[in-house]
Amino acid sequence: MDKCIACGACTEKCPKKIDDLYNASLKKRKAIYVEYDQAVPLKYVIDPASCIKLTKDKCGNCAKICPADAINYDDKPETLKLNVGSIVLSPGFKPFDPTIFDTYQYAKFPNVVTSMEFERILSASGPTMGHLTRMSKDHEEPKKIAWFQCVGSRDMNRCDNGYCSSVCCMYAIKEAAIAKEHNGDDLDCAIFYMDMRTHGKDFERYYENAKKKGVRFVRSRVHTINPIPETDSLEVRYVTDDGRLETEVFDMIVLSIGLETDPSTVKLANDLGIKLTRGNFAEYETFKPVATSREGIFVAGAFAGPKDIPQAMIDASAAASAAGELLTSARNTRTKTAEAVPESNVAGDRPKVGVFVCSCGSNIAGTVDVKALAEYAESLPYVEYVTNNLFACSQDTQDKMAEIIKEKNLNRVVVAACTPKTHEGLFQETLINAGLNKYLFEMVNIRNHDSWVHKETPDLATDKAKDLLRMGVAKASLFEPLREGELNVNQTAMVVGGGVAGMTAAKALSSQGYQTHIIERSDCLGGQALNLFKTIKGEDVAEKVADLENAIKVDDRITVHLNTEIATVDGFVGNFKTQLKGGSKLLLEHGIAVMATGASPLQPTEYMYGEDPRVLTSLEMDIKFKTKDPILDSAESAVFIQCVGSRQPDRPYCSRVCCTHSIDNALELKKHKPDMDVFILYRDIRSYGEKEYLYREARDAGVIFIRYELDAKPVVEKSGDSLVVRVKDHVLGRPLELKADILTLASAVLPNRNEALAQFFKVPMNDDGFFVERHAKLGPSEFATDGVFLAGTAHYPKPLDETVAQGRAAAARAVTLLAKQKVYTSGQVARVDAAVCSSCGICVSVCPYSAPSFMDTGYYAGKAEINPVLCKGCGLCVAACRSGAIHHGGFDNSQIFAQIFTMSA
Amino acid sequence: MSKEVIGSAVVVGGGITGMQSALDLADAGYYVYLVEKGSSIGGVMSQLDKTFPTNDCAM
Repeated sequence: MDKCIACGACTEKCPKKIDDLYNASLKKRKAIYVEYDQAVPLKYVIDPASCIKLTKDKCGNCAKICPADAINYDDKPETLKLNVGSIVLSPGFKPFDPTIFDTYQYAKFPNVVTSMEFERILSASGPTMGHLTRMSKDHEEPKKIAWFQCVGSRDMNRCDNGYCSSVCCMYAIKEAAIAKEHNGDDLDCAIFYMDMRTHGKDFERYYENAKKKGVRFVRSRVHTINPIPETDSLEVRYVTDDGRLETEVFDMIVLSIGLETDPSTVKLANDLGIKLTRGNFAEYETFKPVATSREGIFVAGAFAGPKDIPQAMIDASAAASAAGELLTSARNTRTKTAEAVPESNVAGDRPKVGVFVCSCGSNIAGTVDVKALAEYAESLPYVEYVTNNLFACSQDTQDKMAEIIKEKNLNRVVVAACTPKTHEGLFQETLINAGLNKYLFEMVNIRNHDSWVHKETPDLATDKAKDLLRMGVAKASLFEPLREGELNVNQTAMVVGGGVAGMTAAKALSSQGYQTHIIERSDCLGGQALNLFKTIKGEDVAEKVADLENAIKVDDRITVHLNTEIATVDGFVGNFKTQLKGGSKLLLEHGIAVMATGASPLQPTEYMYGEDPRVLTSLEMDIKFKTKDPILDSAESAVFIQCVGSRQPDRPYCSRVCCTHSIDNALELKKHKPDMDVFILYRDIRSYGEKEYLYREARDAGVIFIRYELDAKPVVEKSGDSLVVRVKDHVLGRPLELKADILTLASAVLPNRNEALAQFFKVPMNDDGFFVERHAKLGPSEFATDGVFLAGTAHYPKPLDETVAQGRAAAARAVTLLAKQKVYTSGQVARVDAAVCSSCGICVSVCPYSAPSFMDTGYYAGKAEINPVLCKGCGLCVAACRSGAIHHGGFDNSQIFAQIFTMSA
Repeated sequence: MSKEVIGSAVVVGGGITGMQSALDLADAGYYVYLVEKGSSIGGVMSQLDKTFPTNDCAM
């Protein structure tokens, strides 16, 4: 494996074709292959089951052709024994195989595809190069596509997956929206569904936008697909909401397949002695969401229940926190530190530029004449060495590059390849390994900016690549080594908010050895969880919260500041200074901060709330259970109204927790008094994941579910002494009148909007008032502001298990920073030449990050200086400075002018 | 049995969850063995075209 240079010669010569599983078998690949172009590691592998050499001892082409002598037919699986302190299981899921459903004829009709196959069809690296066509022989562009939801989910009759797979509604909407982007607005997309489950952050808006773009949503479960002879199109029969039988013909049908646990994962779990749920997911307790039933073994991702990417990322960090807690006493005992290569001093040396031209497989070489480009590079001033690599980013090329730099004494490096956004760090690492300052590196983007966008005109693309490269070399020749500032990270943490998320984060930080302060504005810890009765798994919330609170009180690394708020915040990552006010007036110095400010229930202004004592919010209903209120015995009927204040134009998000909460409370009522009439009035039931089992249990227990539309909301009235709810029944199509001795309003979850706090830490909020995380998918528990993390319902409404997980996740992310003990400022920042500064103050006023200030003392008192820690390198001050006193490391005026002049030369 | 804590962990599965878990553990100062049965890490997410709700490229 170390020898493979990923040149692809073996694949070219391999005579054996097999299914390309990466492309959902819509394409063939060879028996020796690399999974996909960007695979890590980028190494070719042999499929032993189909390789002719391994099965019949013939062929052997790949060994003959391999220029690196990397083929080893005798390679055998080895068993390694690892001694570790903890284990994280993240085996993922298996997409459901719909072949068993004869009604959908997936195996028989080419234009019935799974959603995974459709992803590949949409992808530029897929079987159709991103051209949306049918899979039948005509390869025509479809005009009408249907999605069938819940294939292999919420289905106990045809498969055993009674749970909801959580992600399919959203991915179907996404696929429909992207399909429309590909083939134009005329493409007719219809999604056939039971309940539309868009319960994640910004999902409801996405759903509403899709409706506006013309995606049709048909609430119906389709049972039969009939082929239309000779066209490979498909006829679908379904019953509409109002009972009409419809027939429609689609060119393509996408089965929205669910997520299930792979049998090999079930076996692994059994071997490890881990308990599974009825849906075959790892079992966990609500307040220990990543802990399996076996100590020291943790679980994250879809194996802990079907979930989307951000939720899986939260799990991942939470599991790292839980697994790391056990190992705290052995931190840094097994890690290895790379030996630092001494940096050679190149100041004053004549530039000796090395140019590496990357082919990026065929990504660049397919359009740009890389040989001609490399030849051209040799003619440029100061260029000492030029080469062309198939993949400049591969590990072996990196090693070779470091050797060449040393051997040829290169002191500037230019790589003409893809984007610095993804690869600059990698090449800079190579420079460091070769003893060069990492800022003596320039990347020229001849892929995204050139070969990809000028595919049709390869000659012009080659000319453009030459121009770009010439500019890059001109700039690099003027580079100077840059220094990075080093700062200590204060080892104390601050958590804002003492609810479950905040307490969990604090406990996790303390368990990894960090002093932690909890700032809570109320007079007690616990937050909204204090109002909750029990979890859906039956755990007593009050008891669990009390346990957590006690653990915090006895923890001498945690200080709790009650009745306390934040007055001011100064500083930056690693070195914050926060002035507290109220109960505690401490000036707290801390390295990181976690925002866990929580959310509160909406106090409804409709459905007679506040006018009649029988009308309650969900949390008030919980209190009735907690206090064993006599109304629970006397009531003969109970009604729940869902989406009170959620999913409406002024609050266009789903509050995520209310469906499950109401179903659980409805079941509790039924258990308490089986002959009570219990109704839940809903718009879509969103009992995602294994919460679906609870929904089924409620229906089996006789809870009646009645759907209403936003434009025909239920009406609550008083009739004599009775409370009456009027609603139109969606099955009968007739108005119903329900008596309600208890009326529970599932009111929206509102963030505890705190503009001042957002300002203090420079963290953004969205239109709904929830904090905006670093990345919707990959960075859910941290902010774009370095050193500030996020957990709980301040991020988005979520149930307790997800809240605990995110509390842990925020702590894990924070620990990665605290454990480093030092942060480094970028070398690419602005610097003032004080001797030239005219003290005009423009830089001070123009900087969005407050980095420049006037010096108070010293020879240059009154002149400007720039704090490199706060400087983001945006260059505003450099452009604004009227004296030309500000220089920008890596983007200095001389360097940029050199690029401009050589471009027009 | 020895009570010595071993400062390393194994992460089973190299999809996005496993990768993030491994990174967080490693960055916190623990040695990590990331175990993946396939020939490359990345998992199912690498097969996706775009991701909701931002329509970002999944790769």
